[in-house]
Parts: sequence; structure tokens; C-alpha cells
Amino acid sequence: MNALVEAHCVTRHYPIGKRWPWRSPQILRAVDGVSIEIRRSETLGIVGESGSGKSTLAQIVLGLAPPTSGQVLFEGRPVSGVDTRTWRALRREMQLVFQDPLGALNPRRTVGRQIEEPLVIHGVGNPQERSAIVQRILDAVHLKKSLAGRYPHELSGGQRQRVVLARALILEPKLIVCDEPVSALDVSVQAQIVNLLADLKTRLGLTMLFISHDLRIVRYVSDRIAVMYLGRIVETGDRRSIFSSPQHPYSQALISAVPELRTSAGPRPRIRLQGEPPSPIFLPAGCRFRSRCGRATSICAEVEPELAPAGPTMVACHHPGPAIGAAA
Amino acid sequence: MEPILRIANLAVGFGSPVAPLWAVRGIDLEVCKGEILGLVGESGSGKSVTFLAALGLLGGRASRKGSVRFEGLDLLELGDRELTALRGRRIAMIFQDPMSSLNPVQTVGKQLVEAITLHRGLAGQAARGEARRLLERVGLSDPDERMRNYPHQLSGGMNQRVMIAMAIAGKPDLIIADEPTTALDVTIQAQILDLLVELVREEGASMVLITHDLGVVAETCDRVAVMYAGRVVEVGPVERIFARAEHPYTRGLLHCIPTLESDVPLRPIEGSVPDAAEIGGGCAFATRCDMVHDHCRSTSPSFLEIGAGHGAACFRVSA
Repeated sequence: MNALVEAHCVTRHYPIGKRWPWRSPQILRAVDGVSIEIRRSETLGIVGESGSGKSTLAQIVLGLAPPTSGQVLFEGRPVSGVDTRTWRALRREMQLVFQDPLGALNPRRTVGRQIEEPLVIHGVGNPQERSAIVQRILDAVHLKKSLAGRYPHELSGGQRQRVVLARALILEPKLIVCDEPVSALDVSVQAQIVNLLADLKTRLGLTMLFISHDLRIVRYVSDRIAVMYLGRIVETGDRRSIFSSPQHPYSQALISAVPELRTSAGPRPRIRLQGEPPSPIFLPAGCRFRSRCGRATSICAEVEPELAPAGPTMVACHHPGPAIGAAA
Repeated sequence: MEPILRIANLAVGFGSPVAPLWAVRGIDLEVCKGEILGLVGESGSGKSVTFLAALGLLGGRASRKGSVRFEGLDLLELGDRELTALRGRRIAMIFQDPMSSLNPVQTVGKQLVEAITLHRGLAGQAARGEARRLLERVGLSDPDERMRNYPHQLSGGMNQRVMIAMAIAGKPDLIIADEPTTALDVTIQAQILDLLVELVREEGASMVLITHDLGVVAETCDRVAVMYAGRVVEVGPVERIFARAEHPYTRGLLHCIPTLESDVPLRPIEGSVPDAAEIGGGCAFATRCDMVHDHCRSTSPSFLEIGAGHGAACFRVSA
């Protein structure tokens, strides 16, 4: 089987504002009917703006937030609702890399101990063997071995993110989920970490779920990309098609909004979305994007579009097609 | 072009007044009338501190040297009262996080009217009418309703529009926008940047856009100044800098950013920005530079004009 992870129509709803017992709570639909598969050794990138549900989707994939409905399979076996032993075994297979390395590290422990901790928890090796593994992993993420005795505050932002990465990789997981792994870093350091991730992925044959709001970085690291809007995937396809010929009007606007360094290719089409996304609590009927969409017609207000092939990508839109005014 | 603001040999230090740590280590920078100047640099490069110091917003914590001339006045010499008269009215600032710049317990209308009264001397109906006009001008629909809203009832993008309305309330000659879109989503960022550029052009004002995103600079600015470790290392017209940057740091930065069109591998700048305390007499970039000479480690390069408004502080550059 080719897929390492399969999510079948997962949703995650949060009841909010249940102030009065006789009132039914409002429902925030953070993720609302998403099916994805992550193939072995590929990087699936997820892009979307804040509130699109990309981090919630990551939590569902990892089993950290059980889906309200739907199911996630890891190597064909369900991820949530399993017994403790299976759960622990699964933890070794999948790891999460957080956005804010300072928040993800314990300020009162040396980084060496924190990198070693997963080995201790899972009972791997004796102290000498563990120390040797820590040394090797430090080397793999290009950190000096002498840093193992330091505390997180003594390191720079880039070094801390390398520590977080080392800790995620030390159990040799099959899947790593990176949730905005470089957003807190400066541009020059961002590039170091992005290159390191790409290098480790190839060397270790990792499968990666890469979440970011930065389209330039997602395009750079991913093999396939899914674009999310208000809890749904609106378009998915391989990285080239998504960026060269997006078919969904939201993907087109999102890509066109990225400020680009000037290139010889001439001006890009400027598509500007009007207004802001509606609240994920009071979603409009039909297509969620229609309130900001220039192509919306009456069918968009009635029927929620499902993902279907359109041109080179899969699109959830009643009127897919190349951007209006875009160069062919 | 005639400069509206001229920063000369400005240094800003923190800590002990006797031996401060210099966050800004002597910069010269001009903002011309009607231009949008981009100021880029990584965190700690001194880009925000430069303008906070220039406007006297660092309080007594900072030591300042040099001069900042605005229309014949040296801002560093002015007293609190004179600066207050200037700030907001002639020189306006827009900050990164609108939520923490706006007062959470006052309505948007009240805060905007206060700014209008303060800077324009309007009161009552006239001030409220002007507030509604400004809200409409920055693209907020239903200004009457917005006037009654509190900041938490608006989204980040809408709050930033309110901040922009407050900034242009005094019809300023110079707007300092410090990472105005960093906290916003890309589609909202694009809207806000379009709005800022349009307003600046329409009012004939000048703007300094402080950002870490070279893409934002490429799409909005006329000229760009690149800062590294408290110095301006390169200045020039945007097209020229993006086509042929001279300073190894600027070139390095450009190689760190993936584009949407090509698959050129990223070439990161190795290492990290030095601490203010670690910078010795040499070039601050010497520790990370791939073209470094022995000379660079002992002597700091001075700024050299290359031509066409383009200049860089590097020994490798020749006029």
C-alpha cells in the first residue's frame, strides 16, 4: 500500500458558548469533511490562512484531537480510539515539530537531556547507547556536540529549532508533522532549517506533513499541496500545478497575494479578494467561499462543492478554471 | 529629490549610560519627499529602534548620538512638548499589532475622534463627520457601525485599517509603518499594502516601511535600505537592488527566499546574527561572509556610493 496516512472525511467540531443549559451550543467547524492521503516518502504541504483548520487537521492526523466524525488510518490501522499499548507504539512512528521552539523546550533542562528523553520514555538502550544516539542526531541536525550541555535560553532561535527537530527524529519516526516550523525564525535562518528538513527527508526517507501560511516555503519543500479554506480542502494537486495553473478562485487569489521578489517574468496577475472570511461558526450555506468569490452564482449558494478533477488539480468549485486575466 | 528626513550618524545604545551596548551603530539615511522607503533587516538589526529613537519613543532608557533632521529641526534636540506636537500630526506611526496599539475599552469612534481633535482641532459633529469619512477612506464599510465597535469586535485587518485612519487623521508628511502587515494573513496583507501605497501617493506623503519581508519591499517601495547589526549595509532603488545587489549580506538574503516561479535551491547564510556585545572593530558581517578578507575582521568598511543612488558598505565594492 502506498499511503502511509489516510484521513477519511474527518471533521472536528468544537462546541462553544454553551452558557445556558437549555440553549444548544454553537458549533465551530474547525475541520469539516477533509479527506487526504499522505504517501510514503512524500511531503504533503498544507496552506491556508489563520482559521482555515490546518493545525487542527495536523492534530487529527496525529491522533491528538480525535475527529468528531471520520477516521484516520496510519499504515491501515486507526489512530484514535486505540488501547494504551497501541497508542504508545504509534507515538514512536509519528512526531510533531512545533512552531515556537522556545515554547516547545523545557527551560530548566539541558538540551541534551531533552533530546534523549524520548529514548528514555520508550526504553531504548542503556545510558551509554543513548548518549551515542544523541551525539549522532546532533550531528545530523548540524549542531555542535558541546551544545548538549546547554540550556535552551543559551541557544539562538535556529539552534533551538534544530534541537526540536533532533528530538522529533531521535525515535526514527515514519511521519513527522511540521506545524509552521520556520515561521518564528529570521529569513537567513529559515533557509538553513528548510534546507536541513529537505536534506533529512531525502536521507531518512521521511514522510512529512508540512503546514505553513508561507506559500513560498510550502512550494519549496512539498511534493503535493492542499489548499484549505474554512475547514475544507478547496484544491489539491502536485506543487507545480497548484502554483502554475490553480483552478480554484481562492487558490488563485492566495497565490497572487504573495508578495514576490521581482523577476524577469513580468507582472503577475493581481487578484484582490474583497472582505474577510466569514466566521467558522456561522458558515454560509453552499460554498464557503462564495461571499468573496467573483464567480459565485445561484448554485454556489445551494450546493457545497466536492473535490473533483478539473484540469491538472482536484478542485472543490462549481466554476473551476484558470484565473481571469491571467497569462496563459 | 529633497529629503524630508535626514538621519546622520545616528547611534542608539541601551544599558549603562557610561558604556552602553550599541543597537544602532552610526547610520546615515535619508527619506525623500513623496517616496516609500523600505527598511529591511532581521530581528535585532536595529530597524525599529532607529525610528523609535528618532521620534523619542524610547524614553530615558536609551543613549542617542548623531542627528535626525526633519524640516530644519533636530528631533534629538527637541523637548517632550515639541515632539508631542510633531508626533501623530506631522510624523505618524503605524505599528505591527493593531490590537495592542488600540485601547481595548474605548470604541473605535472615540479613539479616532480623539486623534482628530488633537491633531486637527475639530470637535463635536465636525470631528465625528471627519472620523466617518476617514473610516470610509480606509475601506471600512458601514462607518457608523464601526464607530460604535470596540477593537475586539473587529478582525486584525479591520483594526489595522482603523490604525491607518488614525495615522492619516493629522494629514502627516511622513508615515513610519513598522511591520504593519506582519500579523495579518496574506490576502489581508495585500489589501492593507495596496491601501497604504494608495493613501501615501494620494496625499503626497512619504513613508518608511519597516519589514523583514523582501517581497513586500519589492512590491511597494521605491528605495530600500538593508540593515545588519546596527548599520545600513546597502541602499538603492528597489529594481537595482533586486537586480544587482552589491553587499554579500543583501545577496545572501535574496538567496534565502524561495520564489513561486523557480526551483533554484536556497543558499542560506550560515551562522547567526552576532550579539551587540560581540561586534568588534571589523565588519559585523565578517563572521558569516563567504567573501571575507583578513582586512574585514579588523576594519569596518565605510559606506561607498556606487552610482544611481546605490551604495554599500563593503570592501569588495568599488565605485
